Amino acid sequence: MARAASTGAKIGWSALAWAIGLLIFFPILWTILTSFKTEAEAIASPPSLFAFDWTLENYGVVQERSNYVRFLWNSVIIAGGSTLLGIVIAVPAAWAMAFQPTKRTKDILLWMLSTKMLPAVGVLYPIYLICIQLGVLDSKAALVFILMLINLPIIVWMLYTYFREIPGEILEAARMDGASLRSEILYVLTPMAVPGIASTILLNFILAWNEAFWTLNLTAVNAAPLTAFIASYSSPEGLFFAKLSAASTMAIAPILILGWFSQKQLVRGLTFGAVK
Amino acid sequence: MGRITLNNITKSFGDVQVIPPLDLTIEDGEFTVFVGPSGCGKSTLLRLIAGLEDMTSGHMEIDGRDVTDVPPAKRGLAMVFQSYALYPHMSVRKNIAFPMRMAGVDQAEQDAKIEKAAAALNLIDYLDRRPGQLSGGQRQRVAIGRAIVREPAAFLFDEPLSNLDAALRVGMRLEISELHERLETTMIYVTHDQVEAMTMADKIVVLRAGVIEQVGSPLELYREPRNLFVAGFIGSPRMNLIEGPEAAKHGATHIGIRPEHIAVSPDAGEWAGKVGVAEHLGSDTFFHVHVNDFAEPLTVRAPGEVSFRSGDTIHMTPDIARMHRFGRDGLRIA
Repeated sequence: MARAASTGAKIGWSALAWAIGLLIFFPILWTILTSFKTEAEAIASPPSLFAFDWTLENYGVVQERSNYVRFLWNSVIIAGGSTLLGIVIAVPAAWAMAFQPTKRTKDILLWMLSTKMLPAVGVLYPIYLICIQLGVLDSKAALVFILMLINLPIIVWMLYTYFREIPGEILEAARMDGASLRSEILYVLTPMAVPGIASTILLNFILAWNEAFWTLNLTAVNAAPLTAFIASYSSPEGLFFAKLSAASTMAIAPILILGWFSQKQLVRGLTFGAVK
Repeated sequence: MGRITLNNITKSFGDVQVIPPLDLTIEDGEFTVFVGPSGCGKSTLLRLIAGLEDMTSGHMEIDGRDVTDVPPAKRGLAMVFQSYALYPHMSVRKNIAFPMRMAGVDQAEQDAKIEKAAAALNLIDYLDRRPGQLSGGQRQRVAIGRAIVREPAAFLFDEPLSNLDAALRVGMRLEISELHERLETTMIYVTHDQVEAMTMADKIVVLRAGVIEQVGSPLELYREPRNLFVAGFIGSPRMNLIEGPEAAKHGATHIGIRPEHIAVSPDAGEWAGKVGVAEHLGSDTFFHVHVNDFAEPLTVRAPGEVSFRSGDTIHMTPDIARMHRFGRDGLRIA
């Protein structure tokens, strides 16, 4: 449906979109700017947006004080591991729900999603105790497993929506061609769903990367990812905004860069099913 | 080999029985066409044979082997879908190779068979393309190629030509018929187009609401339709069915006379009527004639160019020897 819009309306809508975009991006921009200020300038009132003496001092201090690379590595392992494990489990699950639906499929999907509505802190105590009992507190493996479980409903939902767009006849053709269930999923469904799987991986990697509640509560030293790295700068000796900002910028930089280069995939992932 | 026997099979979706108990035997090497209006259960029946749907009851054999509970992958049948159902992420070569890859055929043999199938189907130049880069007719040939290399006990076709334009359809129809003559493999072909059924089949199975109305060769169905439904369905244009006093004269509830079995004359004949629409095809002329006592206009076919026009009064005489009579129950009166 093509609708003619007047130039004035176009400019108005664009301005509004930019304004909302800037509003959402502003805290991140502010954090990045603050990371280049001295501590004194960081708390100056009124604050200056760009007119200050740019300095890399905070990054130096942060580098000296903590081992950034180890936190980064933990984040990569935890976010990457939980996402990949989730995909391996979710592909067959989504296949079953998309191509062999039963009367209860819709209920199961909603029930899975309902676990996302549970306040995480409600199950912190039992999960914490289980981790102690199993001796896996502060271990990467435990976090990989827990974050996988937490994001699994979203992974299954996304893949389910994507698989539903794949014509069932192609899978039937594979069955007629003598493919076993395993071959059908591995050689036909998965390659056809690559774009969907890629955006699912991407989105869940970001979710797991940003996940702070479980990573902060279940790690101490060994398994601590970048979220813990940031938290360690909201320090008891008083607030050092500039250093906290430098640490935050270092923590979000990898995922920002990843997100920037995969915008298209990400948008497709978030809107599939909505547009053909 | 490919002799398929269906014994007392039924299919229900929930509470709805779409196939009431049905028996059918398809002989080895036979070209069988399932034909009927949409929703008659012909595709469901094909999918039951393929194993893509489970039968609710009954059993099925292929060459004496009970395959009722055998999954589609192990029935040794190949299927060509209406949507072609090619693997969009694979080249034509890989599409055709897929069933052989699944069966663990070695590479050299795969290549040889792909070459042979591609040559037979005019696909040699397209082997490295993706399905998205092919025309409808080429995609259909790839789907057939993928079926051929399996060397199946039987080929199943589910309305394979309905996505093609009219000219291509005639061409592909011939190609499939030639393929059948060459391979002499059992083929089961589903269509709603009675012209396809008449031109291709050794045996036609006419279905309505999951029930077999008649099984026979195309000419048997044409000459001796078992009931009103088959009479009206087989033949193009369709048979004229007349009820009332005119039918009673011949001792029937309905009489049926095909358009090609009515002779036209400008001045004398059994029935007189006014020409409504005249369709001049060159080879034939079709008239739709309004006769006073008949509920529906008669369709009449005259060979060649006949120069009656709309509004003219013409006289028609049916060929009594080729008239069909049907009783109150709709069945043919011998």
